[in-house]
Amino acid sequence: MKTLVILESNRGTLHRLSKEAIVAAQNLGGEVSALAIGKDADIIASELENVQLKEVLIVKNKLVESYSADGFTEIISQVIVDETPENIMLGHTYQTRDFAPRLSAKLDIPFLPDIISAQDGKFIKQVLNAKLNASVIPLKDQKIISFQSAAYSDEHLVSGQSSIRELDIQFDSSIIRSKSEEPFQEAPGDVDLESADLLVSVGRGIEKEENIPIAFELASLLGAEVSASRPVVDSGWIDSFRQVGSSGNNVSPKLYFSLGVSGAIQHVVGMKGSKCILAINKDSDAPIFEIADYAVVGDVLEIVPSLIESLKKE
Amino acid sequence: MKIAVLIKQVPGTESSLSLRDDNLWIEESATTYVMNPPDNFALEEALLLKEKKGEGEVVAVSMGPKRAQKVIREALAKGAERGIHIEENDEMEKDPLSASKAFASILKEEQFDLILTGLQSDDTGMGQTGVLIGEILEMSTATLVIETDHKDSSLRVKRELESGWFQWVELPLPASISIQSGLNTPRYPSLKGIMGAKKKEIKVFSYSDIQSGSKSQNIEKISLPETTKKTEFIEGDAGEIVTRLVNILKNEIKVV
Repeated sequence: MKTLVILESNRGTLHRLSKEAIVAAQNLGGEVSALAIGKDADIIASELENVQLKEVLIVKNKLVESYSADGFTEIISQVIVDETPENIMLGHTYQTRDFAPRLSAKLDIPFLPDIISAQDGKFIKQVLNAKLNASVIPLKDQKIISFQSAAYSDEHLVSGQSSIRELDIQFDSSIIRSKSEEPFQEAPGDVDLESADLLVSVGRGIEKEENIPIAFELASLLGAEVSASRPVVDSGWIDSFRQVGSSGNNVSPKLYFSLGVSGAIQHVVGMKGSKCILAINKDSDAPIFEIADYAVVGDVLEIVPSLIESLKKE
Repeated sequence: MKIAVLIKQVPGTESSLSLRDDNLWIEESATTYVMNPPDNFALEEALLLKEKKGEGEVVAVSMGPKRAQKVIREALAKGAERGIHIEENDEMEKDPLSASKAFASILKEEQFDLILTGLQSDDTGMGQTGVLIGEILEMSTATLVIETDHKDSSLRVKRELESGWFQWVELPLPASISIQSGLNTPRYPSLKGIMGAKKKEIKVFSYSDIQSGSKSQNIEKISLPETTKKTEFIEGDAGEIVTRLVNILKNEIKVV
């Protein structure tokens, strides 16, 4: 069995979800190769020097110096036709969601997205807002599979050796239909949530903007950073660079201390890799409690100020 | 400008969900269905694009059993001009690829300038139909769009990337784009709209008459998620809870 993992550049470094996809592929067994595309391809490939892979394929074509759905679809489909992998695996990132369906339609093979585990040819996917799990079976030998954040841990990358092979993939420039401008940040922050050890995260349960300082005070006592769920960011109470979830940061701190976060699936996919989750929420049915290590059913505005007083005395 | 909006009817977030005896899907009779919330944003964006331009047509398209016509009517009440219903009565839902081939074969005839979809459905959440159709019909595509700006023969869209990054992409028309939820405030239908919707046309096609090939993936079973995590529920009055929290932070997680 041959598996090809499509790598993603996260502004010049290898995306964590790409590493997790390699772990998924290594777990599955067989021969695992990886593919890096674009001007960062060398750098990304070099990050895998000590990882057990058959090889890392590199494509550097002037037409796809940076990401383009049209260009990636064309290049990857050419590589798949040449290399004939049964499995094409990726992290379930926004970029994957943008081009993997194109690849699926072009090659007429299924795309199984957002998979949380794989065993015996069956792939588990959350459905109905994560209230149920579906076991999905591909009905073709060749298939594209993307894995949800933290479905596998990059700590389990099998070390070893890999070689690098550069491929010369050519195509007509008319293939690239859409013109992408440079990515930009709206509210650039100087806080790196993804490498933070401790996070105090704010959800709707904080009730109003005036209560936000409570979270910052608790965070400063713990030496933590402050993050937030999408509704809090959309309300304008906290800067968007602090957002955690599928449209924000993917975090995996030592402690994720959530204050009034309900735990909608879009939020959970961005933080469930946390080593320890401590959650306070009024609603005993809040989905956040299903993944919490410690749970408090109660009012954030009552408990946290009192906790702050106690911590000050410590 | 001629715009198709793909709208799915899905179980409402408040609906009770019970597994069917064969564990293949949920019990339909126990479920309340609504317009897929992400598609509601796509519909609103289509109506706004039409209104800004001052001309054009919005067509609401849905695949599913007869009950799916309810969400088409809802779209017509909000201002879509007409509807297309691909009636599909199989017990199990079609996989995204064959569903998209069926959509594409119907939409192709119509020569839409733009196809809009929500970013994913609240039921199976495959999140790929709009892009699949785009590839099949050789349209340009973009996903997770949070702003649109229509020019004569192109559409400039702002895409949401991860971790607070964004990107503008210029797409030649025809294009198929998926809309990120929250980019607009979906309207409610007016009474006049609701009355008017009854007279608007819904064209019905039967899925079985459309060539869409065999399934490429299948849901074999659904089940309740197993919770592997042991959760300690901290109980007591506020004072007791705080004492336990301090103890956890100090002695168990050791962050204080």
